This record gives sequence, C-alpha cells and structure tokens, in this order.
Amino acid sequence: MDLSKATFWGYRRENGRVGTRNHVLILPVDDLSNAAAEAVANNVKGTMAIPHPYGRLQFGADLDLHFDTLIGTGANPNVAAVIVICIEEGWAKKVADGIAKTGKPVCAYGIELHGDHDTIMRASRQAKEFVHMASEKKREECPIKDLWVSCKCGESDTTSGLASNPTVGNAYDKLYQQGVTLVFGETTEITGGEQLVVKRCRTPKIGEQFMAMFNRYQDIVNAHKTNDLSESQPTKGNIAGGLTTIEEKALGNLQKIGKKCVVDGVLDKAEVPKGPGLWFMDSSSAAAEMVTLVAAAGFVVHFFPTGQGNIIGNPILPVIKLSANPRTVRTMKEHIDVDVSGLLRREINLDQAGDMLLDMMFRTANGRLTSQEVLGHREFVLTRLYESA
Amino acid sequence: MTTHFIVHDEGDSVGVVVVEGVKAGDALNGWIMDQDKTITFKAASDIPIGHKLAIKPLKKDDTVIKYGVDIGRTVAAIKPGEHVHVHNLKTKRW
Repeated sequence: MDLSKATFWGYRRENGRVGTRNHVLILPVDDLSNAAAEAVANNVKGTMAIPHPYGRLQFGADLDLHFDTLIGTGANPNVAAVIVICIEEGWAKKVADGIAKTGKPVCAYGIELHGDHDTIMRASRQAKEFVHMASEKKREECPIKDLWVSCKCGESDTTSGLASNPTVGNAYDKLYQQGVTLVFGETTEITGGEQLVVKRCRTPKIGEQFMAMFNRYQDIVNAHKTNDLSESQPTKGNIAGGLTTIEEKALGNLQKIGKKCVVDGVLDKAEVPKGPGLWFMDSSSAAAEMVTLVAAAGFVVHFFPTGQGNIIGNPILPVIKLSANPRTVRTMKEHIDVDVSGLLRREINLDQAGDMLLDMMFRTANGRLTSQEVLGHREFVLTRLYESA
Repeated sequence: MTTHFIVHDEGDSVGVVVVEGVKAGDALNGWIMDQDKTITFKAASDIPIGHKLAIKPLKKDDTVIKYGVDIGRTVAAIKPGEHVHVHNLKTKRW
C-alpha cells in the first residue's frame, strides 16, 4: 500500500491535533462523582460518562498520574468537549483547566454545597449545549502524519507472535516512514527481549532511558513476587493458548514494532510524545490500563492483536482487534475486526496482512465503529502506583 | 497441503501447532518461516492448537530456543515430537 499521499477524514481540534471521534465526555474526578456523571449522561443523549473507582486520598506521584490521566483523556482530540464533576470544586477546576489548555470547551462542577440534584441539573444544561456544538463539527481531510497510532496486545498466544503481532509490525514499519506518531509499551512483557529493544533505540542514551524503566519494573516484580508469576505474566489464558514463559511471550510481543522502525524516545505513563516516530511508554501490560494510558497521551486509533480473544475496549480510543487464531476468529467472531488467520494457512503473506490492517485503520479513522465500540466495551482503568493515604 | 505447525527460525528447538486436533502419531507438515523451508514430523503427543512441539531432542536443563532466542530452560528431557509446555519448560527470569 502506497501511503505517501494517504489521507483520512478527522476532526481538527482547536490545538491543531486531529481526532477520529467526536465525544462529549462527562468526566468524574473521583468515585463519589460517578453517580452524578452517569445521571448527566443519561439525561443528555450524545454524551458519555466514564466512571472509575479512584481519586480520593491519593498523593505524590500516584496523584500526579491520576490528574495526568484524567486531563489527558479530556484533552485527547477524539473528545470535542468535556464536563468535569468532582465532589469539591477546586479539583474539578484543576482538571478542567488542564483540559482547557487545548482550547476545547470544558466546564467544571463541584457537588459540595449543591448536592447531586443541583449538580446534575447545572451540568446537564451545559452538556446539552456541548452536544449541539459537537454535532455541527465536520470531518476534514487530513494527511496521514496527523494520525497517532498506538498498539498493545492481549490474551496473546503463540499465534500472536507468529501472525497478528507481526501484522501490526508490518503496519508500523509502513506508518513510521510517513512520519506517523506511534507508541508501544508493556514494560514487564519485554522481559527476555529487552536487549532487542535496546538495539532498536535511535541513540545509546535512549537505550539507557529504556533500560532504567525496564529495571525499575523488574525491581517491583522481584520485591513483590511469590512465585515465577506463571498464570499472572504469562496469564492463565496465555498458557491455555500455548505460551509457556515470559521470555516466549515477550519475543512475540515485540513483533509489534516491526523490523525497520526505530525507538525515538521513551515516555512516562500518560506522557504526550513531543514529535513523530516510535515511542516506548513505561506501562502496565494489563490491557485496559495500558490502553487508558495511551489514550491519555493523545493517541487516536489503537491496534490490538489477540490470540485467545481479549475483548477489551476504551471509551474514547477506538480499538481495532485483529486475530490469527482460527478458533478465536470462529468462536468470538463479533469481537474481531480483522481476521489474519490466513497467514497461518499461508493463504496471505505478511505484507498483505499489514495492508488489511491499514485498510481497517483508515476505515476506523474515517468513522467506522470498531467491534469494541459497537459492543459497548468502554474499559477506563486508571493505573495506581501505590496505596492511598 | 495443510501446514500443521510453524517454526520461526531453523535454529529453534520448537514449532507451534496451528491446526486443531493434532493427535499422537499424526504425520505433520511444518513450515520454517525465516528460511521458507518445509519439514515433516510425527507428533509424539496430542498437541492443542497454539501449543509447541519439540523439533530437536532436549535434555533436562537445556535452553529452549524460539525466534532464535532463549525462551527458558527445560525441567525434564523432551523427545522430538513431544508437547513442550509448563510441565517441562520454565522461565529463567522470575
């Protein structure tokens, strides 16, 4: 596929970034605000609430990550406008101010001194105006370099490493040449292949930064483990699918970064990349956590290869599922957007599989809803670094 | 011709079964991806789809190679054609 003149139809936001979706988001800052946020979303059609269980008595780096993830989610160009609700007004405004730096419309509401009913009424009136505004936004033709593409695999099996992950790698190699912004992560899931990543880093300094993140995560595993992590990493599903060790899983995982693209830099969790190229994000390998973090970093389309059939989605980032496992494609058909099982039967080659994925990427970017979106998978899962105070 | 199992690299110790229902005694066609070669093998165990079979004899405490890279150590001897999984292969890391 010649991508040199490729374009897609997206929503160009106030800050120049381009989204593939046009959500009006109702964003609770804490667990206490979920009920009001969901009530607003029920009152005002065309909005979406994203409830979550955290936000109280977090502190330090864990609290910073909480704010970065919420602000990044609201700031993502797939979001047209945001209503922020918090138990108290100060932190609602803090999150809203962070999102407002993009120039997009955002309003903040505190529940204390008002109660749920008054908060729901005030927020619903504003949310209705936001939906009218968003519904008049038009898609425009944008160059491919305006697309930010993320990847993360899940419930992998050996077919992931043989076929669906190399399909993502083939697509990544092609997108990299066009100056697209790309990311991969899953820090523990590189165990056994870390030197392969170091060799792919653009400079020795980037390799050192990657290894510092890798070693920090290994220290956490070693400090808390009670066994060799078998059935956690690799998961029970991975093992049912034929993966035996973390090293085997990692080598399959790394097929997603292709053969040609180079690691241009590292990112902390939910950190926004500073330019085009391939970035490594230090992140959990748990699917919903990792996809939530890359959505908060501003990515607008996601590639998700699966072997045994991970059904994860995200509220704002469309997740394109691909699988090469013929049994999964047969038994879990409604979850799979791209079937690359033909690779294992040698009916198609990797270049053709990569093009099939890119074709689905353009269709998704232009507005086709993914299986995950149609089935209502909106897993919004915040990463925690340690206990609350 | 059906491809029953796939090997990443010809230096690998294992291949991956990519069809359902492989039984002990079945004659299997294998494809070595990186060198684009075909090999044939006899299954020595029932092997589920996605699971590995040994394509080389392995002693206890041998390193198992896949993708041309170390994926762990054997905790039992494994004969060619036998199922390789958590009962006879463990991580060297954690």
